[in-house]
Amino acid sequence: MKINFWLNGAKKEEEIRPDTMLLEFLRSLGCYSVKRGCETANCGLCTVLVEDRPMLSCSVLAARIDGKRVMTMEGLQDEAKEFGTFLANEGAEQCGFCNPGFIMNVLAMTKELEDPTEEEIKEYLAGNLCRCSGFIGQTRSILKYLEYKKESNMEKQENRNQESAEKEVQA
Amino acid sequence: MSYVNQSLQKKDAMALVTGKPVYTDDLAPKDCLIIKILRSPHANAWVEDIKTDTAMKVEGMVCILTWKDVPKKRFASAGQTFPEFSPYDRLILDQHLRFVGDAVAIVAGETEAAVDLAMKRIKVKYRVETPVLDMHTAKDNPVLVHPEEDWESKFPVGADNKRNLAAKGHEEMGDIDQVLAGCKYTVDEVYHTKADQQSMMETFRTYCTKDHFGRLNVVASTQVPFHLRRILGNALGIPSSSIRVIKPRIGGGFGAKQTEVCEIYPALVTWLTGRPSKIVYSRYESLICASPRHEMEVHVKVGADENGIVKGIKVEALSNAGAYGDHSPTTIGLTGHKAIALYRNLEAYAFDYEVVYTNVQAAGAYRGYGATQGLYAVESAVNELAHKMNMDPAKIRELNMPIEGEPMYDYDGNLTRTASCAMDRCLARAKEMIGWDEKYPYKDMGNGKVRGVGLAMAMQGSSIANVDVGGATLKLNEDASYTLSLGCADMGTGCDTILSQMAADCLETEIDNIVAFGVDTDISPYDSGSYASATTYATGNAVINACGELKKRIIRIGAQMLGVEPKQADFDGKKVYAGEKEVSIQDVAYKGTCGNNQELQVTASFSSEISPPPYMVGAAEVEIDKETGNIDLIDYVAVVDCGTPINPNLARVQTEGGVAQGIGMALMENVQYSKEGRIRENSFMQYKIPSRVDIGNIRVEFESSYEKSGPFGAKSIGELVIDTPCPAIADAVYNASGVRVRELPITPEKVAMGILENQLKGEKNR
Repeated sequence: MKINFWLNGAKKEEEIRPDTMLLEFLRSLGCYSVKRGCETANCGLCTVLVEDRPMLSCSVLAARIDGKRVMTMEGLQDEAKEFGTFLANEGAEQCGFCNPGFIMNVLAMTKELEDPTEEEIKEYLAGNLCRCSGFIGQTRSILKYLEYKKESNMEKQENRNQESAEKEVQA
Repeated sequence: MSYVNQSLQKKDAMALVTGKPVYTDDLAPKDCLIIKILRSPHANAWVEDIKTDTAMKVEGMVCILTWKDVPKKRFASAGQTFPEFSPYDRLILDQHLRFVGDAVAIVAGETEAAVDLAMKRIKVKYRVETPVLDMHTAKDNPVLVHPEEDWESKFPVGADNKRNLAAKGHEEMGDIDQVLAGCKYTVDEVYHTKADQQSMMETFRTYCTKDHFGRLNVVASTQVPFHLRRILGNALGIPSSSIRVIKPRIGGGFGAKQTEVCEIYPALVTWLTGRPSKIVYSRYESLICASPRHEMEVHVKVGADENGIVKGIKVEALSNAGAYGDHSPTTIGLTGHKAIALYRNLEAYAFDYEVVYTNVQAAGAYRGYGATQGLYAVESAVNELAHKMNMDPAKIRELNMPIEGEPMYDYDGNLTRTASCAMDRCLARAKEMIGWDEKYPYKDMGNGKVRGVGLAMAMQGSSIANVDVGGATLKLNEDASYTLSLGCADMGTGCDTILSQMAADCLETEIDNIVAFGVDTDISPYDSGSYASATTYATGNAVINACGELKKRIIRIGAQMLGVEPKQADFDGKKVYAGEKEVSIQDVAYKGTCGNNQELQVTASFSSEISPPPYMVGAAEVEIDKETGNIDLIDYVAVVDCGTPINPNLARVQTEGGVAQGIGMALMENVQYSKEGRIRENSFMQYKIPSRVDIGNIRVEFESSYEKSGPFGAKSIGELVIDTPCPAIADAVYNASGVRVRELPITPEKVAMGILENQLKGEKNR
């Protein structure tokens, strides 16, 4: 069957077998960041964004993305690097195999939750397993990242306020 | 600038966090044959007949290999130095199937769909026999797991296939029975640990190709590239020189990948067909036919005098090898040694062990390697002893722990003196961090919940004494950068980075000026691999030795260029100088490439006669619901003496990760068998490893000693950190609930039932 969709912003038309799962389909298109850690939707390694929402690509038929927008880490390199720097600064990326799915979900979380508490963060990311880090370093990196985003947003806001104030003065 | 003891980012960090294709299956050629394994549904059976002709008619099928198609020479798949302690008890495919999941046929085709269909069309006639599933009745059972005549044990480890024994032994010092009889207080209990699964996120996987010389190229997610090359050569009956093993980035190991688990299948298929092939194990396969921890029952008798001096320890361990004996004779040694050695005032000890074959999944190496099981048992018994004599468990540790310069019965049972050791500081700090004196033993929260605290000590080793070999090749490149080739396997822990940190300091250069490379058995120096907590210590020392020798050569060439004797010259990382004269490292590097007879390349090996133990204390605080038995881990503190932490961030995350795995072992992870010998926990749906909401908080601090024999004073850290959660949490649960759980995992059911039993017995509950 034929499906039309957007992969990392680019329009695609592909022929697929009806029983193809999204995970294998995305890897076949060169999106190797998408990993498999289990067959039972327990590990979160295969998380991608479909219409901006995190989804386990192991449990979605490729046919379901017809007409939809799919993002993998290949399309979010800057964002991955920005958060990933915080993760690596804790040494918590470790073997890295769970990183793409985990980071995709962190990025989704920052869009979905406003100013989450540590409990809310853990709850949101509970489906992303990691066997190396013990999670504590991941949490440290998320808290620092959120603080940094908050500060840089505040700075941007201040700059905007200042600019508009300057404009008013000029006017 | 000094890099050692700095928390640098890992060198590969940015590739990993941005999802670059750096793992085995990302790199495999797209035209690889897909390999799957047809597996035995029976725990003990023989292949009477196998029909593959119908299956081969499926379009795209390339080969189906059965026991008739493989070499008839037995080998060991344990990744150990030769000659292995592990028995030679495996064939690639055997007519005799020894557990549910044992390999029956290797099925290779051009597409996964073809292979899946062909698997269904293979017809096998099994002769099913009674299995031996209970490790208690395995020894001298009429059912033999390995009845074959060509079974071989290369070492006198007490193994005997005609008795279902993979190892058996006895060690002692003094008269243990007499000493225990003279103790005012004794504890005599049995502790049971399960065949826990390493559960690294990247399952087992390998791809193979043949190169332009007709050699077999193996790209594998392995911790032991050099051992793997030998094992594959043994198994295929071809010289190791025909095999090249490459280790890319790997997605975790924890010991699982210290065994050849899946590599032989594509190796055989590519060797026979000449075509590239790959195998990727499912999580299901990784949980039923891989290399988990040895299930053990550890019987401990421990005694102390009225002052709390521990006088004698007797450890009797029964270990379950499962169907094959990989790592069986070696793991069991640590079960006694690492636990008994923690007590410095012993007048006698005894250590008896038996490792038995049974018809369940074969065990292998898992972080802690037998020590974890022994420490859970002995530390639990010592906690019970403290309760019996109404002494604070921290106090009994203070009276008996290893102290620098004091006696220790070490890993060979020799009486030695404890070298670098900060256990006393670890305990003091752990008590402070958890608030021991305020919280011990428990606090009723007044809402049906009780909080309790518990603690335990642990030690491990740093490389296997007189066995492990670290290797490093260092060369000065034309542009004055250095290449550090390594044969140890970075499995995410960051050894490529910490070894570069050491090299940068030795050579007084920038960290970015060190190119770390590994592993390719054609190019890398021999290294026994990343296991046995060896890398930081053994390979680290090899790096230091290589740097020392390379510096001498740089000085020699520099001195020649300056027209002085080498002993008049020195090197500061940027230049070779003698008095006012100097020549830059860049000019020395150029000189090395032109008209030069002295290679600016050094390979160094390092093997140690000692295995300096790292030490730690772990303390847990749990909250128990008296009605349901629910256990919430509130807090875990770990204070570690790993000598100098080369990269404190990475050492911290190692600790947090190891403690989290220990928490899983203590509270959640279980392996149970059906009466047919099938593993019930065969997916992440049933085999529950901790998620981030299950582990509470883990707080880590370091109390560093300085290990003189270690690189920059360092010892190991990787394995030690999994050892304390089981005994510490078990005692915290006891202190909170009055229930002593001696079989892992400690589940709410066991606690709730224990509370009821105590009520029936009329014992006072919390």
